[in-house]
Amino acid sequence: MDTIARGLWRGLLLIASGEPELYRIIWLSLQVSGSAVVLAALAGCPLGAALALSRFPGRRAVVGLLNTCMGLPPVVVGLTLYLLLSRSGPLGALGLLFTPAAMIAAQALLATPIVAALCLAAVAEVSPQVREAALGLGASPLQATLVVVREARFAMMAAVIAGFGRVIAEVGAVMMIGGNIAGYTRVMTTAIALDTAKGDFELAIGLGLVLICLAFALNAGLQALQGTGRR
Amino acid sequence: MNRWPLMSLALITLILAMPSTLLAATPLSAAPAQAAGPLTMASTTSTQNSGLFEVLLPAFEKHSGIKVHVIAVGTGQALGMARRGDADLVFVHDPEAEEQFVREGWGLERRQVMYNDFVVVGPAADPAKVRGRDAVAAFRRLAAAGFPFVSRGDDSGTHRRELALWRQSGAKPKGASYLEIGQGMEQTLRVANERQLYTLTDRGTWLATREREHFSLQLLVEGDPALYNQYSVIAVNPARFLHVKAKEAQAFIAWVTSSAGQGVIGNFRDRAGNRLFVPNAR
Repeated sequence: MDTIARGLWRGLLLIASGEPELYRIIWLSLQVSGSAVVLAALAGCPLGAALALSRFPGRRAVVGLLNTCMGLPPVVVGLTLYLLLSRSGPLGALGLLFTPAAMIAAQALLATPIVAALCLAAVAEVSPQVREAALGLGASPLQATLVVVREARFAMMAAVIAGFGRVIAEVGAVMMIGGNIAGYTRVMTTAIALDTAKGDFELAIGLGLVLICLAFALNAGLQALQGTGRR
Repeated sequence: MNRWPLMSLALITLILAMPSTLLAATPLSAAPAQAAGPLTMASTTSTQNSGLFEVLLPAFEKHSGIKVHVIAVGTGQALGMARRGDADLVFVHDPEAEEQFVREGWGLERRQVMYNDFVVVGPAADPAKVRGRDAVAAFRRLAAAGFPFVSRGDDSGTHRRELALWRQSGAKPKGASYLEIGQGMEQTLRVANERQLYTLTDRGTWLATREREHFSLQLLVEGDPALYNQYSVIAVNPARFLHVKAKEAQAFIAWVTSSAGQGVIGNFRDRAGNRLFVPNAR
């Protein structure tokens, strides 16, 4: 109990004191997960919307695959990318293993199915009457599609936030792909894992508090968006 | 509507192009002499967690302008990484495996850097009666007591030493009380302390963790030459992997075995003020 109370207090002090190490780690986490989710949004939003609006043979299988990929285990993504990016692997010449770029790639792979599947659901939920009305008012098919997507924009933003929430809290893939290098690829989750192993609970608790606050903020943002979307 | 696939394709291309631009944007420290980017060193959790690298690497960077990235894994994994070409040099502690690594042509010369020693720790009451100086005898008694032991189980240098001691004692660890946890030294010590079991640990981690976390475990076996723990550095052979930073790796090895590097190691103390490593470059 003593350890927990003291750790919590020191963790709070660490946050308040502006310890550069702590803020460097937080900043890298936001950079890596932010870049990953931008990539995931760029790929996932159009993919989800396209799947929601198109009909083609095998569509059900594609949607099923997408939903399965929402639960991709980070360590499996990590292992796969590790083998691909290792100097002995097919993409070894890129020299990307143990770099932030590789971590971004791993997290983007994890977030894309989530963003895509949630965007699919968001666009599919828009009433078909919206499209019909747009077409009836003289819109071209492309314009009608854009009207439908616009209608789903808040739910799509919520999808992107959900993707971010998933990757910022993820530890398995970034640990394997980034290597947890101090000052280079060490992010919040891997720092917490390492500091817990070392018994340096203060920094671990400080970072844990930041992660929890971030989760709260994301959740609040999600709910606000969902509220706006419903109105 | 049929623009979507086209757009997705364009975006996928963008994604594939992105990491390399991000990598190029990664800031490297200003390097005075050799400016060829950071050196990747595969090392062990025990060295990283001791805090040694936090003083050693900045001192080297100041001397040479070369930044060193440490990936801390077990010795076995570190050598594996180097064999795949994913590290420029290794800083590990398993002489037999290191010599094999050099013999097979993966590494250049093996250079000793420093040593500490292993100790056997266990419950204060010492139910298996292992207390003393003879490590192999202690392991024999642990075998007779049904292996009340927590093993790293992670192919680290410490794990390999443990397995060697079981071999020398003529025992094969098995049974419900032999726990292979597959994690680092601190976690292994914590499990041993919580479950009141024996384990093999390097002295540095033991000293640091015991004092910080108020362990009830006690040091039971020390001082046997079989418990000596030598750390060495080996540069990965550039003939095997063209991309390895051989010149920078050699610069690190030259510095860490020089009086400057050895001095940093000898002066290093953990937070409790314990001396953890004895420099012995050769």
